[in-house]
Amino acid sequence: MTVSADDIMTVVAARALRDRAVCFVGIGLPSLAANLARRLHAPDIVLVYESGAIGAKPTTPPLSIGDGELAETADAVVSVPEIFAYWLQSGRIDVGFLSAAQIDRYANINTTVIGPYDDPKVRLPGAGGAPEIAASSREVIVVVRQSLRTFVDRLDFVTSVGHHTGHDSRERLGLRGRGPSAVITDLGVLRPDPVSHELVLTEIHPGVAVKEVSAHTGWPLLISPALTVTSAPTPAELAALRELRGRQT
Amino acid sequence: MAEITSLRAAVSGLVRDGDTVALEGFTHLIPYAAGHEILRQTLRHLTLVRMTPDVLYDQMIGVGAADRLVFSWGGNPGVGSLHRFREAVEDGWPQPIELEEHSHAGMAARYVAAASGLPFGTLRGYVGSDLLERTANVATVTCPFTGEELTAVRALDLDVAVIHAQQVDRHGNVGLWGLTGVQKEAVLAADRSIATVEEQVTAFDSRVATVLPAWVLSAVAVVPHGSHPSYTQGYSSRDNAFYAAWDAISRDRDRFAAWMRRHVLDVDSFGDHLRLVEAESALAG
Repeated sequence: MTVSADDIMTVVAARALRDRAVCFVGIGLPSLAANLARRLHAPDIVLVYESGAIGAKPTTPPLSIGDGELAETADAVVSVPEIFAYWLQSGRIDVGFLSAAQIDRYANINTTVIGPYDDPKVRLPGAGGAPEIAASSREVIVVVRQSLRTFVDRLDFVTSVGHHTGHDSRERLGLRGRGPSAVITDLGVLRPDPVSHELVLTEIHPGVAVKEVSAHTGWPLLISPALTVTSAPTPAELAALRELRGRQT
Repeated sequence: MAEITSLRAAVSGLVRDGDTVALEGFTHLIPYAAGHEILRQTLRHLTLVRMTPDVLYDQMIGVGAADRLVFSWGGNPGVGSLHRFREAVEDGWPQPIELEEHSHAGMAARYVAAASGLPFGTLRGYVGSDLLERTANVATVTCPFTGEELTAVRALDLDVAVIHAQQVDRHGNVGLWGLTGVQKEAVLAADRSIATVEEQVTAFDSRVATVLPAWVLSAVAVVPHGSHPSYTQGYSSRDNAFYAAWDAISRDRDRFAAWMRRHVLDVDSFGDHLRLVEAESALAG
């Protein structure tokens, strides 16, 4: 069975979610990984979708964050103002699970525009729930494919705040959650330095070279002296992932 | 008091050129039939408002019905870009569109404030985001009790709110269930409102979770499958294949314009539109 870089990324992202965690899930890569976690080691993970589904247990990974199965399988279905005010803002979310179009060395995220705001090269969908998910979740995990287009020295637009300008700048903004704890990519895992909060490569996926990760990063990437290699996906993890993907189409 | 009427009469009586209009729906219950009727009646210079503009707003923007868009996430969920929205923003085609964008939490707070008759809403949000520099409708406010600085967002007052729901009862009350999004707040934030519904019933289904009393709505029209390709829980499933097919239809200006003429602008009713789309999907399938 060949293992793609996307497979490893999704499996590693799923492993990062502990059972019974309350997880606010963005659509796309995060949703696939969260649903994989629920099938593997985290059967009681609580998946919260911004469309208002709390405790959703979809059998098929949803195409949109508002697919019917989310509401049908949820423990509770609430309105959109309620999901953001009562459930997210109040601090009830353990993990905010996000993706990005651009990310910088402090794990700030752009999902708004590529190029100047008033004359964009690419108009992206925009903020959605991300700014407040990034601000109010106890911690944030970002899942994103790593490339020079995505891992940029300077964001074209700061949509959602990660560790802001580093050190204690996030805390000084008054954001209550701790911010991004991991950025999981198709090449490895980056975690913020405990002091500067700059992202450091701490894990590398099997078969990936460090220089390859650096070459896919738009700033001089810090490498952890204790760099480890991700354990390869197990047959059970891969089988569950393939089964989920199969249901998607 | 809601009048049960035809969709055509509801739109012609309640929506005007230049109005600020929200056709709300969060993936579920998107009022496509009403949006198409607005296009058939060639309303223009609208300020369109919605948290999650999707294919319906792509259609409305692509034909040039909107001068402004107030929103928080504009995409084709699970598929990709909205090509008509992007071309309006990136190339000003068919006309430039002015954007005012927020986060979902901010939009929700703006609707709640308007529904509550307040000039602004408060939240913990936007802090550190460049969104702050792009709108005059977000500011800070100091809590009079704790001294804490919070974010204030201006109430999102609407001329017209348009929603789709499952049922209208014999008194004209409208009932919804499933993901109800921000529809209740949108109706209460608007001077005028239109609900399309799947069916008229003598008494509500027990699944009805949210009721909009007849007297807060201006008009109700029965339009079966009026949310297609979105869905109505209990009545229809999301047509994911249509959302995927839209990517190719909307990518090219001419193909888009021809598709809109044939399937939306030149048909008599949403029922005719559905028959056309279904016939073509059967052929393709």
